[in-house]
Amino acid sequence: MIQIRHLYKSFGEGDKKTVVLEDFNADFERGKITSIIGGSGSGKSTILKHLIGAYKPDSGQIIIDGEDITKMNAEGMNRVRKKFGIMFQSGALFNSLTVEENVALPLREHTDLNESTIRIMVKMKLEMVGLRGAEHLKPAQLSGGMIKRIALARAIGLDPKIVFYDEPSAGLDPISIGVIDKLIMDLSRKMWITSVVVTHEIPSAMRISDKIIMLFKGKIIAQGSPQELNNSSDPRVIQFIKGDPDGPIPFSKSQKDYGEELKEMSAN
Amino acid sequence: MRNLLGHIGRIGYQAKDTSLDFFRDITGLFYLTRATLYCTFIEPLRGKPNKWGPVWTQMEEVGVKSTAIVFLVSFLIGVILAFQSAYQMAQLGALDYVGALVGVAVIRELGPLMTALVMAGRVGASFTAEMGTMKVSDEILALETMALNPVKFLITPRFIALLIMLPCLTVMADVMGILGGYLVGVTTLGIDSAPYIDNSLEAMKVKDVVTGLIKSSVFAVIIVMVGSYMAFIIEGGAEKVGQNTRTSVVISMILIIIADLLFTSIFYFLT
Repeated sequence: MIQIRHLYKSFGEGDKKTVVLEDFNADFERGKITSIIGGSGSGKSTILKHLIGAYKPDSGQIIIDGEDITKMNAEGMNRVRKKFGIMFQSGALFNSLTVEENVALPLREHTDLNESTIRIMVKMKLEMVGLRGAEHLKPAQLSGGMIKRIALARAIGLDPKIVFYDEPSAGLDPISIGVIDKLIMDLSRKMWITSVVVTHEIPSAMRISDKIIMLFKGKIIAQGSPQELNNSSDPRVIQFIKGDPDGPIPFSKSQKDYGEELKEMSAN
Repeated sequence: MRNLLGHIGRIGYQAKDTSLDFFRDITGLFYLTRATLYCTFIEPLRGKPNKWGPVWTQMEEVGVKSTAIVFLVSFLIGVILAFQSAYQMAQLGALDYVGALVGVAVIRELGPLMTALVMAGRVGASFTAEMGTMKVSDEILALETMALNPVKFLITPRFIALLIMLPCLTVMADVMGILGGYLVGVTTLGIDSAPYIDNSLEAMKVKDVVTGLIKSSVFAVIIVMVGSYMAFIIEGGAEKVGQNTRTSVVISMILIIIADLLFTSIFYFLT
């Protein structure tokens, strides 16, 4: 369904240039849940932003449903975008609109359905995420978990083939995480939706994924089923799964040697 | 000596950075304006009509709700102008001409300018703050990923609304300014009502009102485009929203005055 081939991306120019992705390759299969996990700054959000067309890569291909989106103009991109939905980390609901208007927005803008049909469809989507009855609330009146469920209802508004999830369980309580996990699995298993989940919530990723891609500094260090990752002998994978603060992935993020830096400071 | 050269070099380097930023902003503003004009006027002709619901909402927000403050400011400006000019005119023994002076000054210059400046503060700031917050909370990215053009969805309704409402408010401001001058002239300065009205009507031309309205539609474009551009370039968080809101108001006010100068001189040489 989605193939990423030889993706390169760096930010900044000259001295400040940082390479985020270098020759990145990945496959996301139709109807399967693929999770991308990795620590902060590992490049997983950058990959997601490439997939939704918010970033253009320096080079490489991203093929969604047989079309390379890196060479597309705005019109082509909009056609592809109607094939996928996305659930943002913050929900990104429109604060000036009610829940009903939020969920109805893609339907109103992209279909010629009449008002009563749209209302019925909104009710169906809200029922799917278990929030029927919240139509007239404003996003500010919702809890974090509810916002994400509404965001999911909006993402599946146009019955997309692909749904991207950006940190679906960040900042939620365990029960809400369970709810979101169940929704992701239901959508994928029952409606054959290809799911791409970017997360750092290991237990949740282990529960829902068919395939996990683990990133470290823009490179894939492990990929496979949750089972395979659990049995991995790579110390970096083990450290990430166990959540040890120090190990092959160092505790300190500083690039410079500590002693050198102190010496320089006293020399000045 | 080397220190001095280094210092100059550093200043030169900063100047280069600042001017690069400046030109980047100018081109960005140009491209956004072009995109807005395209979405507003050309796309509807190609079968993607504008939705009028959001336009009505914005017209109420920027227009109807601004009437009170515009009325107040322009009324007071009329009063002040009458007082100030009476002080000079009395020495020349031409107190009756206060009306003419107030009328011409208000409809040619102060009506459009003061309305635009008030609206730059009231509306420009709210555009930047509102859309900037949407940018920060990923709502604009969400629009894009829903294959909705943020320019068409957010800027076009505001653009149409202000393009219609600012000239309307300017006409109202003209009326209020003249009324303010008249009331003070007749009640406090001791000018008779009939000569005041006569002199005013004689001095004011329809052409003056029209040039004022042309100016005010240019001001409307400036307010909307600067307000939106400053919102769309926000990256980061709440701090940047505050900074850009301030910058947006300052820049629109400066651009409004520069545009005013340009158009005033064009009209001056043309007529």
